[in-house]
Amino acid sequence: MGMSTESQFHVLAVDDSIIDRKLIERLLKTSSYQVTTVDSGTKALEFLGLHEDDQSNPETPSVSPNNHQEVEVNLIITDYCMPGMTGYDLLRKIKESSSLRDIPVVIMSSENVPSRISRCLEEGAEEFFLKPVRLSDVNRLRPHMMKTKLKDPKQENEENKEESGKPESRSQEEKEEQQQHHHQQQLHHLPQQQHSNSNKRKALEEGLSPDRTRPRYSGLTTVV
Amino acid sequence: MDKNHLQHQLDMKRSLLDQGYLDEQFIQLEELEDDDNPNFVEEMVTTFYANSARLLQNIEQALGSRPIDFTKLDNYMHQFKGSSSSIGATRVQKECTLFMEYCEAANAEGCIRTFRQVKQEHASLKTKLEDYFKLARQGGPSAGGQAGR
Repeated sequence: MGMSTESQFHVLAVDDSIIDRKLIERLLKTSSYQVTTVDSGTKALEFLGLHEDDQSNPETPSVSPNNHQEVEVNLIITDYCMPGMTGYDLLRKIKESSSLRDIPVVIMSSENVPSRISRCLEEGAEEFFLKPVRLSDVNRLRPHMMKTKLKDPKQENEENKEESGKPESRSQEEKEEQQQHHHQQQLHHLPQQQHSNSNKRKALEEGLSPDRTRPRYSGLTTVV
Repeated sequence: MDKNHLQHQLDMKRSLLDQGYLDEQFIQLEELEDDDNPNFVEEMVTTFYANSARLLQNIEQALGSRPIDFTKLDNYMHQFKGSSSSIGATRVQKECTLFMEYCEAANAEGCIRTFRQVKQEHASLKTKLEDYFKLARQGGPSAGGQAGR
C-alpha cells in the first residue's frame, strides 16, 4: 500500500445506521478515500462548519468567517431516511449554503422510489445509490470529486463572493441548468458499467424495480 | 492451508447461498476484506447481531402495547430490514418485508405471527454464521476472506 503524493479525497458519510456506516466506511477506505462518518444530518452540518441558527438569522452570514470549515470535504454521501433531518433536508441545506453548495452530494436509499430519486437529483444530488451500496457504486464517485479539485476551492469561494464573472464562477442558476442537463444526458447515455448501475437510472425513467439477480423488495411502498 | 478445510468452508458458504440464507451482498462484503481488514465480515455480522437485538426488543415491546402503533413498528422493522440487507441476510429480509406488509394493513395478528418467523430466521442465521466463522478461523489467519475467491 503505497502513499500517494497527492492529498487524498475526503468523504463525509452520513447514516443513522451503524451497520451502514461501517459498510460505507469500508467501501470508501478500500477506494483510498479519507472518511469521516457521522450519524445525523445535524452532525454533518456541524462538521461542515454550518450552524442551523446562523441560517435562520437573516443578519448572520450563513457561515461565520471564524467557523470556516477546518477540514476540506470533497464529497458528502448521505442516507435518505434518517430521523430528524432527512438526507434530502441535508442536501437542501448544503445547496443553499454559499460555502458548501459546490461539494458534490450523493444520496443512498434502501427504497427505489422514482419520485424520490428525481427529487434528489433535481435538488442537485450527483448520484442516487440503492442500498446496500457496493464497490461498483463507490467507483462512480471519483469523477464528481475530480471536478471540484480542478478549481481551487478557496479561490472559488472568493470568486463567488466577488461575483467577478470569470468563466469558472458560474451563477447558481447556470450551474443548476447544467446539472439538470447533465443528469438528463446521464439518463440517456448510461455508462457501460455493471448492470445494476444502469438499472438505477432506468428505475427513474421507467418506474420499475431494478432487475437484480437477487430477490428484491418490490419497492411499491408509500413513503412518508 | 488444509485443502479439505478450505473446501469444507466453501461448501458451507455455497450451501448458505443456495438455501437462500445469504445472498450476493455477503460475497461483496468478503471482497472488501484484505490483509489490513481480515475480519471485516465477521465484524459486520457481530455488529449486526448486537444492534438488531435492541431493535427486536423494541419491536417486541411495541407489539405488546395496546393499541399497537403500526407506524412505530414499521419504522423499527424498516431499520432492521435495512441492516439485514447490508449483510446479505436474505431470509431475514423476506420476513421483514412480510411483516411490514402486515403493518401497512394494520393486521396485528399477521405482525405477531410474522415476527416469530423473523426471530426464527434471525436466530437460525446466527448459528450458521457462527459455525462458518469458527471454521474460517480454524483454517488459518487469512482463511476468512480469501476462501471466497
